[in-house]
Amino acid sequence: MIRGVAQFAIEAESIARRYGRRWALADVSFRLAPGRVMMVAGRNGSGKSTLLRVLATAIRPDRGEARVAGFDVVHEREDVRRMSALLSHYSYLYDALTAKENLDVLRNSGQTPALLERVGLAQRAGDPVNTFSAGMRKRLSFARVLLQQPRIVFFDEPYGQLDPEGFALVDQVIGELKESGATVLVATHQVEHVTGYADCSITLEAGRVIATAGALE
Amino acid sequence: MIAALRKELLLQWRTRAQFMAVFVFGASALLLFSFAVGPNAEILRQFSAGFMWLGLLLSSTLTLAESFHAEMENRALEGLLLLPVNPRTIYYGKAIANWLQLVLLGFALVPVMVILYDAGTTKLPQLALVIMLGTAGLSAPGTLYAAMTSQVRSRQTLLPLLLFPLIVPALLASVKLTSLIILGDPMGQLSAWMKLLTAFDAIYWSLCGLLFDRVVEE
Repeated sequence: MIRGVAQFAIEAESIARRYGRRWALADVSFRLAPGRVMMVAGRNGSGKSTLLRVLATAIRPDRGEARVAGFDVVHEREDVRRMSALLSHYSYLYDALTAKENLDVLRNSGQTPALLERVGLAQRAGDPVNTFSAGMRKRLSFARVLLQQPRIVFFDEPYGQLDPEGFALVDQVIGELKESGATVLVATHQVEHVTGYADCSITLEAGRVIATAGALE
Repeated sequence: MIAALRKELLLQWRTRAQFMAVFVFGASALLLFSFAVGPNAEILRQFSAGFMWLGLLLSSTLTLAESFHAEMENRALEGLLLLPVNPRTIYYGKAIANWLQLVLLGFALVPVMVILYDAGTTKLPQLALVIMLGTAGLSAPGTLYAAMTSQVRSRQTLLPLLLFPLIVPALLASVKLTSLIILGDPMGQLSAWMKLLTAFDAIYWSLCGLLFDRVVEE
């Protein structure tokens, strides 16, 4: 197997993660083929964000193993990070910096103006982020993810705080990522909306997979 | 690392009002030391180096503790760590930016020391070098401990408690060197103390860089 060109984009084997005494994830296993869009559904506190954060290497699992693009999320973190990007609940933005400067922190490339245009922030490129609304921050976080050109993308509530135009933008971006062969995980409460384009889904409850639908592998 | 350093300098520039506040704090500390000693010009001059470095040390804890504030606001540090970059790059970018700020603070406190303690010297290049080396000894472990305490509510208290014992050798060397420059160096000790301070700086900068990812990565 060539590293980074794995048979499965994501492999999770009995992964578990706890916060204090409470298990946020308990024994979650699944395999996802490359190029699929998978929805992760579940109520608040069901473990959706924790699952995405473990897979994106933001936190370590307490038990089990997971591989992203063939790389172990604990022992090969840098490789996982090279292949993936996470749109988190947290914006990961610097309030004192402008929209453009926030993107330049990642990569000072010629793509920045085009990306800002794409997410509808071209007119506000030179404004500090602390003057942005929650929806605008979300759009900038979106640009931040796209700038990384990931092959595997983790979207945690991508529709949160967005207006109808923002909804359309998310749909369009996910559609383009899918067309380009990227693997996408979308954790969301907007189940009816995401079902329209997701290839498969898992539903979590109390940190366990209680239902799967569609072809994961 | 250039991008990380550039980001740090930009953040410092955007919050430059804070630097003024830290400078006023340091200058006030020097003034209070002079009140504590009383109007004895000779004693003030004799202890001027110690007072200046204590003022700089107390001010530095404010600067260092705040240096991770922007990283914690929106979990920006986590965002950086999720990029395919070595965490040491992030550390050295921040440590260098903190060092530059402390150098600037040290330079700004020198005229205050000269005025309050009548501790003038013509050896300004040597004094500048000592300030640069001494603040390097504060900023490297200071940045590491600031990262360690950044998620703790009482970080302003915890940081000095952790930092002060560690930087005693660098502080002693810096005070001694500054004292030798101001009061004279009849025994020719300057070079030996300079080597000692440089050695401690090398240890701090290499060791803290190595430990940073263990501190910030879960």
